[in-house]
Amino acid sequence: MVNRVATSTILTPHRHPPHAGHTPLTTPKTTWPQPDETRQDEAPRGAAPRRIKAEVQDLSFYYGTVGALHGVNLSFHEHAITALIGPSGCGKTTLLRCFNRMHDLYPNTRYEGRIMLHPHAINIVSRDVDPIGLRMRISMVFQKPNPFPKSIYENVAYGLRLRGVRSRSEMDARVEAALKDAALWNEVKDRLKKPGFDLSGGQQQRLCIARALAIEPEVLLLDEPTSALDPIATARIEELVVELKQRVTVIIVTHNMQQAARISDYTAFMYLGKLVEFGTAADIFQNPKTKETEDYVTGRFG
Amino acid sequence: MLATDRIIFRTRMTDRVFSILGGLVTLGAILFLGVLLFDLARDGLSRIDWQFLTSFPSRRPAQAGILSAWVGSLLIMVVTAVTAIPLGIAAGVYLEEYARKNWLTSIIEINITNLAAVPSIIFGLMALGLFVYRFNFGQSILAGGLTLGCLILPIIIVATREALRTIPRGMREAAYALGATRWQVVRHHLLPYSMSGVATGVIISLSRAIGETAPLITIGALTFIAFLPPGPIATDPQFAIQPFKWVWSPFTVLPIQMFNWVSRPGEDFVQNAAGAGTVLILLTLSMNSVAILLRYRIRRRIKW
Repeated sequence: MVNRVATSTILTPHRHPPHAGHTPLTTPKTTWPQPDETRQDEAPRGAAPRRIKAEVQDLSFYYGTVGALHGVNLSFHEHAITALIGPSGCGKTTLLRCFNRMHDLYPNTRYEGRIMLHPHAINIVSRDVDPIGLRMRISMVFQKPNPFPKSIYENVAYGLRLRGVRSRSEMDARVEAALKDAALWNEVKDRLKKPGFDLSGGQQQRLCIARALAIEPEVLLLDEPTSALDPIATARIEELVVELKQRVTVIIVTHNMQQAARISDYTAFMYLGKLVEFGTAADIFQNPKTKETEDYVTGRFG
Repeated sequence: MLATDRIIFRTRMTDRVFSILGGLVTLGAILFLGVLLFDLARDGLSRIDWQFLTSFPSRRPAQAGILSAWVGSLLIMVVTAVTAIPLGIAAGVYLEEYARKNWLTSIIEINITNLAAVPSIIFGLMALGLFVYRFNFGQSILAGGLTLGCLILPIIIVATREALRTIPRGMREAAYALGATRWQVVRHHLLPYSMSGVATGVIISLSRAIGETAPLITIGALTFIAFLPPGPIATDPQFAIQPFKWVWSPFTVLPIQMFNWVSRPGEDFVQNAAGAGTVLILLTLSMNSVAILLRYRIRRRIKW
């Protein structure tokens, strides 16, 4: 059921059919006003207007009593790459990990505010939303490549197994498709049964991307996916991410400002748990409105 | 000589002194163990033969054997393993992956760690009251196996938790991020990845249990057994199949048999004791080698 939702979203990138056929993740106990479906936000110059995939509204986040995010408001456009930049400890990774409720794995964490995931306008940080159901629709790639100590095939297949894919032929086809999407197929097609650990760092990270793509997510979260890789592996992954935005909404956390400038459509600059500035990548990097953003993107601090 | 040269010279000296000292200490320890084993084997090996392994204890040292002792040890180990391994692993997984970290779990944690250090005879006293009298298991293999099970339970729990902790956080997060439930993470990832650590802990704890004497004497294990526990198929046609009757049988184990022989006068019995000791040592060593082999084989497949 979840697969069907995910597939239909991906196959119809810029056009949302009425939601009658969709099954919402869970029935939210609180009903938030449905967003205006025709709403268009400012789009990058020359690009087609885009829909909003997710809206962060007044989001605060606490580790115990320490606040890591303070009233963040931010919109993420569908089929665009949004980069979160900022110095270490600014809360960008914390914000990213709110999207798949990774914080729920650790004690004493608390969300305040909302993250509305469209098209169903579900507040995904609400207690009423099951994080497992959410993670079925949003996948994540981590900073350090973390393939399972299983075969290459099993690494990619695992998410599908969790979603109840049983048929051997369907599994084979989807694993192959995911590996192709992650630009890894040609390198591993003859050794799918070999351990994922045998791959190089860059290949391992692409394996993790394949693992995340196999489940056909609506949103792909990337947490500094290239920080452990060399420049060539980094370039391949950047290229890949740019291609992926045709099919999925991408949110990427990066320390590397050139990277954000190269690949992102929108960029959010965060500092000390607050959103300082958000705009198209061109605006943030060439035409920043605030002093802090300008200082950061020109390398004067951070 | 420059000041830095002098510093380097001095640190080099310290380095060398320590490596020589460490080598000597290690050599001493190994030598000590070697002499011990050699001494035991010299007395015992000549005593070990088919007759020794297949005879019951006897008043005549030359006819005495360790049949009831090694069968008893084996059966006790079966009961111990069947009860302690699943319980210990389950408790370790629960404490590490499921339990909330609060004062209650901290107290449980401290208690379990301390339990691993409680003298074994205390476990014997507890078992005497609980298993032998309260549950009325008597001085049976069941009571003995459960006693040793309690003894090694904390060791298995601690080993399981340690093994789980060596799994990088990234593995758990990767699995959870794909939508796995806690049980799926445990079943598909954490248990398989921690197998080598858990198996090592289990085998080492079992090889500790096999040498335990005090708690079994405390619950009243017999020192002289001249029969085997009933087998699964009875001679009495009325109760043809009795797969678990053996657990109610009285028993003795290798270390108790050894203790019994050592305390008797006469060179011959001491030689018998050495023979039993050699068998015990061989059993323990082979169990430990299985642990090492297992760890090696699994480690080769999984490296972080």
